[in-house]
Amino acid sequence: MEKRHWLLLPLLLTLTAGLGYAVLSLPEHAEGLQHMVSNKMETSGVSNPVTAVLLNFRGYDTLLEMVVLLLALLGVWSLGGAALHHETMPGPILDTLVRLLIPVLILVAAYLLWVGAHAPGGAFQAGSLLGAAGVLLLLTGWRLRAGLAALPLRLMLVAGPGLFVAVAALLYLVEGQLLAYPPAQAAILILLLETVAMLSIGATLAALFSGERPQDKESK
Amino acid sequence: MSPAFSYALVGVGLFSIGLYALIVHAHLLRKILAINIMGSGVFLLLIALAKRTGDAQPDAVPHAMVITGIVVAVSATALALTLMLKVAAATGRAELPKEEQE
Repeated sequence: MEKRHWLLLPLLLTLTAGLGYAVLSLPEHAEGLQHMVSNKMETSGVSNPVTAVLLNFRGYDTLLEMVVLLLALLGVWSLGGAALHHETMPGPILDTLVRLLIPVLILVAAYLLWVGAHAPGGAFQAGSLLGAAGVLLLLTGWRLRAGLAALPLRLMLVAGPGLFVAVAALLYLVEGQLLAYPPAQAAILILLLETVAMLSIGATLAALFSGERPQDKESK
Repeated sequence: MSPAFSYALVGVGLFSIGLYALIVHAHLLRKILAINIMGSGVFLLLIALAKRTGDAQPDAVPHAMVITGIVVAVSATALALTLMLKVAAATGRAELPKEEQE
């Protein structure tokens, strides 16, 4: 292995220099698409440009991303997941801490979702926090009850992409274009989509961490 | 050189460091980490280049792309880690087989 390293470093340095040169040769000042975005902001229903791009102008990106998340989870499940540790009882201090932290995480997630309309925040940030709450619960030994794990969990996982597709199809019929929100209803549609997307993202991330297909537990 | 470019160059550096680690290390966990570092470099590059608007608001489209990218990277990492665990369970080691030395 060592024999090849002397060749590897110069090659990588050349690549780095080339990439660096490419970056530096870009124009110092570039508007990008910001001009287009700010021109259309009034019709977007929100005042945070990033949220407007994510949920409105390039809504299909977000739609496809939710599908990617779901596909990753399906991949993990079809691999059989990792052998999961059984439900354990956390110590009293850990238990109290988690019971205090989870509501705070949920509250912050809801705040981030709401604030996403006009400031940095939104469904992904909020969803990651919910996912973190789920990971925290899994790490401290909580497990989903079998009844909740089967159908309700799956419904929650597909709710985000499902609603997205439904809204896209509806708008296609009404407006003649996929995910072209009418400006008057844009704000409420975005909030609705973001809420459901947040729940789905959180559930998917926690399920990815858990790794195990919930049904396996019952059949064993 | 505006600060945006210094950050962009740091992104290029992160990408190269990640690529080096990806090539050199045989352990799969290190490879997954290396890919994540490469991804972080790309995200930093995108965010930095979005701030070439001068005093105006940064370009929102690359920001949105990075948010999308982060979530996709997380899910891909989860899938990769599961694959790694499967490899470890099947072969007893989470490493690629060493090549024969000539």
